[in-house]
Amino acid sequence: MEKIDVGRKILSANDTYALKNKQLLARYGKPCFNLISSPGSGKTALLVRTIRDLMASLRVGVIEGDLQTDLDAERIRATQAPAIQINTEGACHLSAAQVNQALEKLPVANLDVVFIENVGNLVCPSAFELGEDGKIVVLSVAEGDDKPVKYPGIFAKSQVLLVNKIDLLEGALVDFDLDRVRTDARRLNQSLEIFPVSAKTGAGMSRWYDWLTNRIRAR
Amino acid sequence: MHEATVAQSLVEAILQEARQQRARPIRAKLSCGELNKVNDEVLSFAFQAVAEGTPCEGMVLQIEHKPLQAKCRACGDVFALDVSSARCPACQREDFELLPDAPLVLDEIEFERADDGED
Repeated sequence: MEKIDVGRKILSANDTYALKNKQLLARYGKPCFNLISSPGSGKTALLVRTIRDLMASLRVGVIEGDLQTDLDAERIRATQAPAIQINTEGACHLSAAQVNQALEKLPVANLDVVFIENVGNLVCPSAFELGEDGKIVVLSVAEGDDKPVKYPGIFAKSQVLLVNKIDLLEGALVDFDLDRVRTDARRLNQSLEIFPVSAKTGAGMSRWYDWLTNRIRAR
Repeated sequence: MHEATVAQSLVEAILQEARQQRARPIRAKLSCGELNKVNDEVLSFAFQAVAEGTPCEGMVLQIEHKPLQAKCRACGDVFALDVSSARCPACQREDFELLPDAPLVLDEIEFERADDGED
């Protein structure tokens, strides 16, 4: 019987591709953000609204991740922005290798920013680096205000929290305590930027646009 | 659910070490942090499925869970953080910074040599 010390990161194969993606994006000088949320929080709607509202000044490319269908890529392409759909066929997260293939198909040189819309899941995607500059977590008010406590990993690792569907708070259509979300999320992550928005009505979107354009300019 | 991906990477890493050692792996120790955590039962199940028919078949996995640590900004105490009731145990303040979470690491492999005199 013999023991050997290995001390090896188990997901190092993914990290290798993440580094390749980071280098590819750095070569073009393009920022990239990884959108993570539960299914149905409105990631695609937020992207479509952002692309349409900033069309005059910002060229956006999108990598879409879903188990099946290219429905989301079609919604993005309807805005005239380029979108590459990845079907994970059962896998619960996007891997850096899949994103690497998609990046090669995107016209990165002609874009200002790349968004990766991850598979709808608050758990697994947070464990796989894709080479992005930052993670953006989306939480819609209908999901409840206890998500930062229940799924701390993604809230601790993200740069921005978009609290979506705030139009549902009017008339108390759902019970959702925004202050609780702020307190719980900031406890895990003091530098987290929190923007309450509605992709449907456009409420609150301008602060998110300011953050995004400042980040792109700073690159 | 991403335990399947972890299991696949783990089997590949152990097989690579086993080829170098020219020995049969029988036990592996892994560790992970609170934010990078895996479920022991699900990972072990996925591991056995991936390992079937390889020299990793029948291996025992031991998974050490390392707590998330935080440092209090008020009194400087470093403590294991419970995210649901997050406060400094020394001064009861809620003002702290998270320390980097432990990554998912293959720490140690135990091998059984068929013929110890061979090397």
